[in-house]
Amino acid sequence: MSLIIGVPKEIYPNEKRVATVPDVVEKLIKLGFGVVVETGAGALANFSDETYVAAGATIAGSAVELWNSSGIVFKVRAPSMEEVALIKEGTTLIGFIWPAQNPELMQALTARKITVLAMDCVPRQLSRAQKMDALSSMANIAGYRAVVEAANQFGRFFTGQITAAGKVPPAKVFVAGAGVAGLAALGTAVSLGAIVRANDTRSEVADQVKSMGAEFVKVDYEEEGSGGGGYAKVMSEGFQQAQREMYAQQAREVDIIITTALIPGKPAPRLITAEMVQSMRAGSVIVDMAAEQGGNCELTVPGEVVVRHGVTIIGYADLPSRLSKQASTLYATNLLRLTEELCKTKDGVIDVNMGDDAIRGLTVIKDGEITWPPPPLVLPAPPAPKAASAAPVSAKKSSHGHGAGEPMSVKTLSIVFGIGALAFWFVGAHAPAAFLGHFTVFILACFVGYMVVWNVTPALHTPLMSVTNAISSIIVIGALVQISPPLAEGISRPGGWIGILAVVGIILTSINMFGGFAVTKRMLSMFRK
Amino acid sequence: MSASLATVSYIGATILFILSLGGLSNPETSRRGNYFGMIGMALAVFATVFGPQVTWGGVPWIIIAMTIGGSVGLYAARKVQMTQMPELVALMHSLVGLAACLVGFASYIDTATVLTGAEKSIHELEIYIGILIGAVTFSGSLIAFGKLSGKIGGKPLLLPARHWLNLAGLIIVFWVGGSFVNAETISGGFFPLIVMTIIALAFGVHMVMAIGGADMPVVVSMLNSYSGWAAAATGFMLSNDLLIVTGALVGSSGAILSYIMCRAMNRNFISVIAGGFGTAGGTVVASDGQPAGEVTAISAQETAELLKDSKSVIIVPGYGMAVAQAQHTVYEITKHLREKGVTVRFGIHPVAGRMPGHMNVLLAEAKVPYDIVMEMDEINDDFPSTDVTMVIGANDIVNPAAQEDPNSPIAGMPVLEVWKAKTSIVMKRSMASGYAGVDNPLFYKENNRMLFGDAKKMLDEVLTALKA
Repeated sequence: MSLIIGVPKEIYPNEKRVATVPDVVEKLIKLGFGVVVETGAGALANFSDETYVAAGATIAGSAVELWNSSGIVFKVRAPSMEEVALIKEGTTLIGFIWPAQNPELMQALTARKITVLAMDCVPRQLSRAQKMDALSSMANIAGYRAVVEAANQFGRFFTGQITAAGKVPPAKVFVAGAGVAGLAALGTAVSLGAIVRANDTRSEVADQVKSMGAEFVKVDYEEEGSGGGGYAKVMSEGFQQAQREMYAQQAREVDIIITTALIPGKPAPRLITAEMVQSMRAGSVIVDMAAEQGGNCELTVPGEVVVRHGVTIIGYADLPSRLSKQASTLYATNLLRLTEELCKTKDGVIDVNMGDDAIRGLTVIKDGEITWPPPPLVLPAPPAPKAASAAPVSAKKSSHGHGAGEPMSVKTLSIVFGIGALAFWFVGAHAPAAFLGHFTVFILACFVGYMVVWNVTPALHTPLMSVTNAISSIIVIGALVQISPPLAEGISRPGGWIGILAVVGIILTSINMFGGFAVTKRMLSMFRK
Repeated sequence: MSASLATVSYIGATILFILSLGGLSNPETSRRGNYFGMIGMALAVFATVFGPQVTWGGVPWIIIAMTIGGSVGLYAARKVQMTQMPELVALMHSLVGLAACLVGFASYIDTATVLTGAEKSIHELEIYIGILIGAVTFSGSLIAFGKLSGKIGGKPLLLPARHWLNLAGLIIVFWVGGSFVNAETISGGFFPLIVMTIIALAFGVHMVMAIGGADMPVVVSMLNSYSGWAAAATGFMLSNDLLIVTGALVGSSGAILSYIMCRAMNRNFISVIAGGFGTAGGTVVASDGQPAGEVTAISAQETAELLKDSKSVIIVPGYGMAVAQAQHTVYEITKHLREKGVTVRFGIHPVAGRMPGHMNVLLAEAKVPYDIVMEMDEINDDFPSTDVTMVIGANDIVNPAAQEDPNSPIAGMPVLEVWKAKTSIVMKRSMASGYAGVDNPLFYKENNRMLFGDAKKMLDEVLTALKA
């Protein structure tokens, strides 16, 4: 029997997202599920009930009705206690749960004897799981929105301009933490024309920052800050001192600071102190994307915009929800990918396969038993810095032609020379003088050919072959001289036979000669800039 | 025309031939290079016809023969499709080989020049070798032509104990050669010559039959080389320096091409010639286990969307594009995207297609400007900064296993690193593995999408969607 997927209206204050969108509803139905959406669920994300119905969903009039009829429930926010009370036994609940932060919720859910999949627990280090990584989807949106919010509060252009009314300097933006959100923020800021700098304790992201067109600011202190799973770890005191100095300096220089620094399971690190805020120019903006976890800035008020020392500090904790349509669409797609993983048979029945690393990771409650935290993942060791890079096969070649390759080793070289010398000695010892003349020409011609052909560009290898093919019909000369040579007196030759052979030979080579040159000409005339 | 004048003309022709090959070093000078070749050839032919070695009695025959041959050649050159270039080139090699055989036989039965002692032996040896190479070139090229045009299956034919067969053939050739050179009369030497010719023909057939479809670039360039050596051997036979020089030029050119092709596949020349894939390593699929993961399919519509939204695109064509004749559609898409401001470039693997430079010719035919067609080494570093790569009908040349899996049969082969782009789209008929019989982990990469179907049809749909 196929299951019904229920999508309730989010009841968390100011939450505008919805867990599925009409496009995805169609695909869920194709997987064999039925879909029920609570009336008005998508209204704040601009998806009307009608569009859901058009996609094949049915509309439930109330939350109670919805929770009762659904075997699977798609949520965005963790359920409230009232919602938990509505869950019937055996339901599978999918949504953001944050098990570490919400122990009471976990207890309450366990009591309902259900299965809970937490979208915040997707093992991000599994590349297979990335398509369901809703945290990244949301962080991407939050990063974009953070810049938009900053632009909204900031009293100037982002991009520098020289206008008839005077020169406008570009805004300087500093992004602290270059995770998904940080990269999205700096990409957005760059595309608005700002000068963007970024910092992260994980040195490996420097290249990513540069690739987005921003500058990576290093902390003047040697320590590696990668903490596994794509997060940073807590750094040493010495490092933090150096980091504070760097931040203080940036605060004096830039107009906008966007902070995204998070360490899993810990309060957000305090990066921006009150003095730093004070040192910023009046009219500057700070967007604290870690507001929900306590904030990267000392003066942040979670959920609000405040002005301190002339600096606007934005502490919104619901940035993705402020882009509700986009956020809903991406989140719905993440859920769809997860559903596909759960329902490989496409028959509307899900299988929470605990043997699958990705599924295991995000299953926090299975049939009423807490299965969180999952056992550590055994990942295949990342491919060690490849040996290939030490001994590249052909990586470092001149761009054009192929060169004559690397110089041969002394051993091969001496063997080649030895064989060559032996062959030459043999020829010299046995061949008559007339032959040697031709032999000299032959060997020299081989070398000339060798030198010339290495210069041929690979793009022209086919014309090279057809032109050399045409040229090799020079063999026609052999047939030409045989057809009717001037004969010395008294010598007879089987002229008839030779004549036939020679004429056939001339025909064959002429085909080759004319055809070869003509086709080469045709080909070369096609090569154009 | 005196003998000296003819010789000087030959030197002129030689220089023109060298300039002709030199001209191919870049597309701008290449057309001039081709004209140099034509002038050189005309010079050589005229110098010979009006030279001391041809009397007036032969001229009508020569004119008739060259008119017939020339018209056939010109007709073929005009009619041939660019996708059929490998077949045409192979067929033409066979003509050179056959001509070398005929000239060799004619030279043998010719009694006009009388030689004695060591000179006679050397002359006969030259005839022998000339016919040997000519015959191998002839039959080998014919088989290559058959394989390339699909008249003969592409699968390597592996006879049991084939190396021993070849060895036995070689020994017989040596042994018969001895009795040939020692033969007193022309008719006495004729039998060994015929025996050798038959063995050489059989050897040519056997050699090319044992080589599989994707090794064809090596075979075609190798036969190119042979046709040159055949000309050079004929030159020795007739004591003609022009033939020797030209033959050597062509021979070394083909040899270098073969070497480049082998290196592009990270394979040893001997192992290609010996034929078959993985014969040295036992079973064909030797890599440990299938690549895990799943394949994400994509529609033509979505492909068009992806292309539209990208800033830079690299297209990697392979033999599949040639088979489907999709190069014109590829160009239409390229043109469309370039008008939209998308950077489109092409990445060409040295062994893509069935002949060295095959893809370049096809793209040139479709009017793709050559300055956006890049070699593997030029473009490999640019994949990480590319939004979309489209792989059209190629498989082994984009197989990451060559770099990642040391047990793979194609390990170490240089490949185009398409998987480093943000998204790669592979156009393929099905999930079948490539010529090397190696599964391709690229298909399972999470940034890879598969567009299943005939390349031409799918690209047409992509183009329609792009224009919509």
